[in-house]
Formats: sequence, C-alpha cells, structure tokens
Amino acid sequence: MTAPTQGPGRARIDARTLRTDRWWLPPLLTFLGLTTFVIYGVIRAFMNKWYWVGEYQYLAPFYSPCLSEVCVPGSAHWGRWFPDLGFLVTPPLFVLPFVLGFRLTCYYYRKAYYRSFWLSPPACAVAEPHRRYTGERRFPLILQNAHRYFFYTAIPVAAVLTYDVVIAFHGADGGFGVGLGTLVLLANVILIWAYTLSCHSCRHIVGGRLAHFSRHPVRYWMWTRISWLNARHMPLAWLSLFSVGFADLYVTLVASGALADPRLFN
Amino acid sequence: MGYEAHFRVWRGDAGAGELRDFRVEVNEGEVVLDVIHRLQATQCPDLAVRWNCKAGKCGSCSAEINGRPRLLCMTRMSVFAEDETVTVTPMRSFPVVRDLVTDVSFNYEKAREIPSFHPPTGTAPGEYRMRQVDVERSQEFRKCIECFLCQNTCHVIRDHDDNKRAFSGPRYLMRVAELEMHPLDSHGETGGDRRELAQAEHGLGFCNITKCCTEVCPEHIRITDNALIPLKERVVDRHYDPLFGLFRRRKD
Repeated sequence: MTAPTQGPGRARIDARTLRTDRWWLPPLLTFLGLTTFVIYGVIRAFMNKWYWVGEYQYLAPFYSPCLSEVCVPGSAHWGRWFPDLGFLVTPPLFVLPFVLGFRLTCYYYRKAYYRSFWLSPPACAVAEPHRRYTGERRFPLILQNAHRYFFYTAIPVAAVLTYDVVIAFHGADGGFGVGLGTLVLLANVILIWAYTLSCHSCRHIVGGRLAHFSRHPVRYWMWTRISWLNARHMPLAWLSLFSVGFADLYVTLVASGALADPRLFN
Repeated sequence: MGYEAHFRVWRGDAGAGELRDFRVEVNEGEVVLDVIHRLQATQCPDLAVRWNCKAGKCGSCSAEINGRPRLLCMTRMSVFAEDETVTVTPMRSFPVVRDLVTDVSFNYEKAREIPSFHPPTGTAPGEYRMRQVDVERSQEFRKCIECFLCQNTCHVIRDHDDNKRAFSGPRYLMRVAELEMHPLDSHGETGGDRRELAQAEHGLGFCNITKCCTEVCPEHIRITDNALIPLKERVVDRHYDPLFGLFRRRKD
C-alpha cells in the first residue's frame, strides 16, 4: 500500500510502515476481544430468559437492574418501571445504553476501538488508510465529551450490582449462604467498581480540575488514590469486561440447569 | 565481540532519496548513533545526522529505527539480533533537510503561538510562592527534551499534513496543559482562557487519544493520561458541561 504519510518536502518513503515487529497483533486481539463481547451481549440481551436463580438469589449482571413488567418473579428488586413492550424490547435494553455509553466514551476504549476497528491509526507509526481526519471535533464523535455524564450513570449501576452481590449471600434454606456464584458476582462487582472509579472523568472531578491541591487536602488524597487506579485503567477495563461477561454466563448456566452451583456454605 | 551488521539508511533530500545498504562493524555496548558515526567515519563522510549530547537529554538525534520513532543515542544495538537488518530513516512528519536531518521549525512556530506564563497582578519575579504539591503535577511535563518524537508519531499530522495548520501536536498541547494547571498562572485575569485556546487554536479536538505520543516519549512522560485527557476534561468543563459551570469557582 502506498504510504499516505506524505507531505511537502518529506522524505520519500513508499512503505506504509517500516516497522518489523508484530504491530498488527494488539489491534487484532482487541478487535477479536471486543467483537466477541458484542456478539455475546447481543445474544444475551435478546435471550430474555435464564437470568435469575431464585434459590440462591443470583441475578445476571446483564439483566440488573431488571425494571420491566416482563422480569421473572423475584428479579425486579427496584420496581417494574416499564410495561411489556414486546419480545424485541427486553429488560436489558433499558439499562444497557447507559452501561455501553460509559464504555464507548471511555478514554481507554476509545483508544482501543479507534485503533482496532477504525485503524486510526492501527498502531504507532503505521499509516492509517483514511484520506481525511477530523478527530473528535464533529458529530458524532464530539459526543465523546459526554463521558462524565455516563460516568454519573455508571455509579448507580455499580451500586445496584453491589446490592445483587449482597443478596446473593443466600442459602438454599433461606438463610446465609455462599456459593461459587456468590464469589463470581463478588469478584465482578469489585472489578466493576475499580474500573468505574479509575475513570479519567472521575479523576478530574475528584481533584484533577483543581489548581491548588494544597487548599483541598481531602480531594488531593482522593485524587492520588484515583490516579493510582487510573494508571491501571486499561487492565481494569479488560478485566471488568471479562468478569461481567463471565458472571453473566455463569448465572445463565446455573439458571438454565446446565450447571449446578457448587456451594461452599449452605 | 564485534560483528558486522546490515544497515539500511535513508539518504537524500527533499527532491529525492532512497534507502541504501551498508555493512558496518558493531561492537558490544554501542548504540545506533555510534554505528551511524562509524558509517560517517568509514563509508559516507557526507551522511547528515543531527546529534549533540549522546545521553538522551538534548533531543537532537530523533529518527526512526525499524519504523519506530526513537532517539538514535538511546537505542542499544543489543536490542537487535546480529542477523537483523536495521533500517534508519529521518522522522517522517517533517520536511527532510538531508539524510537523517529534518526541518523541525513547525514545532517552534507552534510554541510561539502559546501565550507565556502570566504571573498574578502585583507579583514580581522572585516573589512567586507555590506549594510543592501544587506544582509537581506540571513538573512532569518539564522533563520534555523537545525531541519531537511525539509530534512525529502523532497520526493527526503524520498521516494528514493538512492538519498542521490547525493542530499543534501533543508536545504543545502538553505545554498548554502545564500552564493551565499552573497554580500561579493568571492568564485568565487578562481575559484569556487557555481551555478555549486549546480547543480553538491548538486543535485539541483532533486528538483521539490513541496514546502514540506516550508510547514514544523517551522521558516516559504520561502525555495522554496526565496532560491531554485532563486538558480535554477541562475543555468539557468549559464547553460541554452546563451543570459543572453552575458550581465552578475559578482557580480553586
């Protein structure tokens, strides 16, 4: 491919890149990882069953909170806000836009999909295939600036998932109990919180916007803690994506009867 | 302990040029700049290369080695296999002067467009007082050696030369961020707004935070996480978050 990396007076080098390492591997893995998650998410969102295990009170993360009339008995902990709108409008569709919006506008995921899906650029010092580039200055990409609003909505969602974990400490006889599913949901919610709090918008709101840290010692302390998490935003993004998919799949398998939940206590 | 390496070095000027092959001796402990100097000394005395400190602090010897933007003096030959071809080209985002030397004046023009530090009214030089905790965040950006590798690798101008007019590049957006975060900068008191400048004059909106600037920085400055994204968030405060404006206090 002829290099678009040309300009007045530049060294004439035809190769698109002279990199000799496997620069294509990270964007390929990212593409495969995100595509797998999207396919799983679409299938799960429209499956509309096997998301509640009443015996142990496991609710699948994709269906939490369940806010529709069609939610199975016991799974609608926060009320039934929406009527039955047909088989195409399943309970996850009322919550997923906020969760997906948070991830889609996330500064890490933007890097990930700009590189792997839009090839802009596919890797550093590898020419992108597009003839023009306007960045995030115009519609629709200017909407990326709404990330902090999605961050605000991500907090109640994480809180709801935390509630789901609390009620998942439920034994078969109705008392306290712990199963493998409880631990899966617990690990998931820890990763979800870590990812949510490591967000760049969170870092800015908590203290990053200040000009004088010394006048706000508590916010400064919080900013240092969030900054520590923020430096791990990429691994947290992947781990929480994997954990939410895995936790959802686990509950699906238990709810469908394909898997018996190993009980550690009661 | 030495061996003979295969080098391909771009030779030419703005009119024409090509990659030329060389066999050149390499000794243990050497860096790519040593080998380029040996080429000058033994095979092509007119090979142009810009260098100065040979310690990774002057930012002069920026080039591309096997397609990756790097400092010639900080790239050890030991990272390459002995039978590996080492390709050395000038930075591809700037006009070439000759061989490995490029005209980086674009960067100085962009630097001049940034309003300098503005002290508070009535504060004379020597009277500035700041807490360390307030300045250390922007001190990270002062590590910049102006090698322009980040400018060179940023696809906004590397792949689209026409964006150079509207986009200042990561190095100078980082400079805007440094001044915007400065506890004593009072540019706002004179009616200026660095966030507005970042967006309107320096093209912050072009940046799609793909982090190549951070990847190539030889000083390991976290340009994207600590400068560009915080600056984007400040622009959101200014332009896209009406709620935040209700609670905003300047310079708190």
